[in-house]
Amino acid sequence: MAGIQQSTFRNPVINWIDTRLPLFTMMQKEYGEFPTPKNFNYLWNFGALSMVILVIMIATGIFLAMNYQPNISMAFDSVQRIMRDVNYGWLIRYAHQNGASMFFIVVYIHIFRGLYYGSYKSPRELLWMLGVVILLIMMATAFMGYVLPWGQMSYWGATVITNLFSAFPIVGQPIVTWLWGGFSVDNPTLNRFFSLHYLLPFVLIGIVFLHVAALHIVGSNNPLGIDPKGPQDTLPFHPYYTVKDSVGLCVCLLVFAALIFFAPNLLGDPNNFIPANPLLTPSDIVPEWYLLPYYAILRAVPNKLGGVCLMFGSILILFVLPWLDTSKVRSARFRPIYRQLIWVWVLSFFVLGLVGAHKPLGWWVLTGRIATLYYFAHFLIVLPLLPRFEKTLPVPESISQPVLGGGRLPRGVPARSMENA
Amino acid sequence: MARTTAVPAKPVVELPDVTKRDFLQLVALAGAAVGTGAIAWPLIDSMNPSQDVLALSSIEVDLTPVVVGQGITVMWQGKPIFVRHRTATETKSAQDVQLSQLIDPQADSARVKAGHDEWIIVVGICTHLGCVPLGNKPSDPRGDWGGWFCPCHGSQYDTSGRVRHGPAPANLPVPPYAFETDSKIKIG
Repeated sequence: MAGIQQSTFRNPVINWIDTRLPLFTMMQKEYGEFPTPKNFNYLWNFGALSMVILVIMIATGIFLAMNYQPNISMAFDSVQRIMRDVNYGWLIRYAHQNGASMFFIVVYIHIFRGLYYGSYKSPRELLWMLGVVILLIMMATAFMGYVLPWGQMSYWGATVITNLFSAFPIVGQPIVTWLWGGFSVDNPTLNRFFSLHYLLPFVLIGIVFLHVAALHIVGSNNPLGIDPKGPQDTLPFHPYYTVKDSVGLCVCLLVFAALIFFAPNLLGDPNNFIPANPLLTPSDIVPEWYLLPYYAILRAVPNKLGGVCLMFGSILILFVLPWLDTSKVRSARFRPIYRQLIWVWVLSFFVLGLVGAHKPLGWWVLTGRIATLYYFAHFLIVLPLLPRFEKTLPVPESISQPVLGGGRLPRGVPARSMENA
Repeated sequence: MARTTAVPAKPVVELPDVTKRDFLQLVALAGAAVGTGAIAWPLIDSMNPSQDVLALSSIEVDLTPVVVGQGITVMWQGKPIFVRHRTATETKSAQDVQLSQLIDPQADSARVKAGHDEWIIVVGICTHLGCVPLGNKPSDPRGDWGGWFCPCHGSQYDTSGRVRHGPAPANLPVPPYAFETDSKIKIG
């Protein structure tokens, strides 16, 4: 036993396990003592909330899969059987359906936190990029999940989105045929979407693990955007942030419960109560609300390939965000112009969502194009060029200093170049 | 969690053994446990038989085609049910058996419906390890007591479905049933 570190837990069983596989030591280090900036606001809850919702989605999804039939002649009816005959089937289905919406609400707010406080900046670039991968996998999973009930919107949404790939020259149509497993969205498509929809959440677990691991190497950002200078700037994760996260979780579950029990179909489309009919296209084809902004970008461009490229581009651009933003100051709190312009960008995102929900007619078209332009302008013009003109506010000396005051350095030190961790 | 206790010169106030913090921790833990249970129960209960499965829990059987001496097998709740129309001899021999001779003592009158004692209706699953005994078809072996014979391990049942030769430990169970008319029963 020369090479093994003897663990020092009081409980002999835990100690035996931990000496051989230091799970408990790891948990204590990463979630027990982990030094966390003490000035987190509630926007820092949302990562933990996402993890909880992922677990809820996997649990409800596994139990739904016990009764769901991924065959076009049985899929719709199997969902109705779950709703009517399976004990608590209605609850599990509504939890899964509204859990998807909750997942995107929470993740979008989590991303906003990153954008506002500069959490994507060095040394957290890889952490941010892993997050974008998570977003992409979530979107793919949600899209495939929506096809499974095999309603009108399931079928036609699948047809529209898979047809996107035909925009690519030469390889486009073969790719679409390959995706479909046939000559239209049909049984092979449904079957494989079910398999992949079951698979991707577990891939997501792996990426989330990497995401949290990357975070724990560099440490969390905080609302001031400056690095902790020592133990006076941090708190152990447990009990301070375990308790704070529990409070946030209660609020999140309250909203979740309000949706499930009082408005379970508020965010859904009535067309999906009609079984899929390959011969009848609904008058309005819309994806679920969380994909509407990207749908609007797709339709804003009059060119088919252009629309596809811009739509994918609107998410891929997030990968290079750490290099687009040239500001030396992390947190928007000390960037007086950026902190207003980012709300314009948020507004353009909401406007895009609204545009996506409407037929591209009349002044919706122009609105969609203006909003798309601003969406990209924020990343390609504002972020690279604004730091040249923006007078940033003085950044505090440390996290504790504005609260504890004093110290040998005068208050209001001008912004310094970004510190390394 | 360690508490730092100051040691002043003056006499120090005794801290209670159980603090408000302990109480709050207990309440929080209890709340989390209740919440977890409330979430776990619907998931677990969803695996119990669903309403459509429970709806198939009773069937009706028309007895008119079953002549004296004949037995049929019907499916109920996924299990085979033996419905045999006993001859007068079979009925009498079942009624005359001494309870002390039985491995699982039970009077024939407790296994049939009053006024319809020529009908014996039992679940056709051997109480040993679950095979379906032979004896309904006229060509089947019926064992030494004229009832049913299980080919798997040699258990034998009499004309009342009672076990007379092991290794089966118990009589063939009688499912819940009732005569709706003289020629129609409802099982379950």
